Amino acid sequence: MQDLKLLANDNRGQRGLESGSSLEGWHEVTQGCILPSFEGDATGIALKKAEERTYSNHNSYTATVASWRVKKPVFNIDVCIDCQNCWVWCPDSSILSRDKQMLGIDYDHCKGCEVCVEVCPTNPKSLLMFSEYTPLDEALSQWPEKKKKEK
Amino acid sequence: MAEKYDLQEREVWDGNFAASQALRQAQVDVVAAYPITPSTPIVENYGNYVANGYIDGEFVMVESEHAAMSGCVGASAAGGRVSTATSSQGFALMAEVLYQASGMRLPIVLNVVNRALASPLNVRGDHADMYLGRDSGWIQLDAFNAQEAYDLALCAFRIGENHNVRLPVMVHQDGFITSHTAQNVYPLADEVAYNFVGDFQPVDDMLDFSRPVTYGAQTEEDWHFEHKARQHKALMDSRPIIDEVFADFEKVSGRKYNRVETYDMEDAEVAIVALGTTVETARVAAKELRAEEGIKAGVVAIRCFRPFPFDNVRDALENVKSVAVLDRSSPGGAMGAFFNEVSAALYTTANRPLVTNFIYGLGGRDFSIAEAKRIFKEQKAHADAGYITTDIQQFSGLRGPTLGFFQTKRG
Repeated sequence: MQDLKLLANDNRGQRGLESGSSLEGWHEVTQGCILPSFEGDATGIALKKAEERTYSNHNSYTATVASWRVKKPVFNIDVCIDCQNCWVWCPDSSILSRDKQMLGIDYDHCKGCEVCVEVCPTNPKSLLMFSEYTPLDEALSQWPEKKKKEK
Repeated sequence: MAEKYDLQEREVWDGNFAASQALRQAQVDVVAAYPITPSTPIVENYGNYVANGYIDGEFVMVESEHAAMSGCVGASAAGGRVSTATSSQGFALMAEVLYQASGMRLPIVLNVVNRALASPLNVRGDHADMYLGRDSGWIQLDAFNAQEAYDLALCAFRIGENHNVRLPVMVHQDGFITSHTAQNVYPLADEVAYNFVGDFQPVDDMLDFSRPVTYGAQTEEDWHFEHKARQHKALMDSRPIIDEVFADFEKVSGRKYNRVETYDMEDAEVAIVALGTTVETARVAAKELRAEEGIKAGVVAIRCFRPFPFDNVRDALENVKSVAVLDRSSPGGAMGAFFNEVSAALYTTANRPLVTNFIYGLGGRDFSIAEAKRIFKEQKAHADAGYITTDIQQFSGLRGPTLGFFQTKRG
């Protein structure tokens, strides 16, 4: 379920901002560092879904900042109530949601800030922080039980 | 189209009015401005023209000069023809955003009415603000009177908006001496002026929804150097385009401008290099000295302060024996900024003239023909002796004991 197939294009997540892979000279850089967001004509692109948009190589959508993260949030669909609180609060638009249904996390742009976990209202929480290297199955198997109300 | 404005063949305008008429004739779309003496009337008049239907534009009232230039950057990036005016402290407050405008290659035209920088508070003219902006990546043109303030403002739009240039342009005029002195000005007819400037053709405008763009991207060490190199190249490559615009302007107006204006320099033995209204004073002094005492005096004036016309300055001065460079700005613990640039140009000539630096006219202090003559005569003495006989840097027109620094090493 968390294999999301919402990738914009094949570049997505391949190019780190720090890679410095291209070797252009000063005469090849754009004048005024004004960068096009999309390839070709972008009329009406706001109405298209992310995976249908022609993001340019200069768009931050095609670059990953995953390496900035130390811990990652893991999403548990069995507990989630689709309240969209995490989607509203995520400062990097890294919560993937479609038709008001939570689908998971965009790990290419999530920086592990933990805001989504903080605002999650379910019991137990539907989003929890795990070590970057914890596999999904292992994380889900460690999910806590529902806490009983005191008194 | 806007209302018709009645213009006579010859008008009596001050420098501020002249500059604002250029904004009207260029039909500037947006002016974002905060008033500061002595440049206030430029944007005030623009507001009047908008209110009275002479311009289909927008006057944006802001809370500071920083916001004024920020508003101009936004409006220019959105795809409008944009201009504003400022002076002194207001210019200093804009300084951060001046670099944003030039870095984003936005052809904003800024009318700077030069005024001293506090403290002490002073509303009168000197060139402290002009030199403050010299590394900001803007093209800087200097008008010596009201007619030139009008002419150069029109040329500024044409230069900055050229697609090979795409850089912001400042037009300087001297506070009060130019900005508030009414003189005869011969304006172009509205249609002639607008046709000369042309319709604004934006590049990468943000309001083009078929091609959204990012302005102000972060580059760090990966690209910053390359972008600054490219910006410098654009500035240096603007020189022939400035010449071309000046030549086209001569065709429509009959008035010829050069990046370096020389006066009686063909056979000159001594010269004054200056900027602003001082140039006209020095020209009168040079003419009178030639008639009265036969001193072969000439004047070199810099019309285009940035990009600095290094080679033209060198060519104009290389056969002169002695040169005085006049800085109307506090040197701040060094030789004057203008002196350093002119000296650098002269250092590469085979026959290095003797160069001295005069600090004068700070905070609006008068610069008289008599003083210019005294400077010329002192240059003549250096030329005859073959070395600099006085201090290399002197304060001219200062009350109290004379002030001078650095003696020539000789023998």
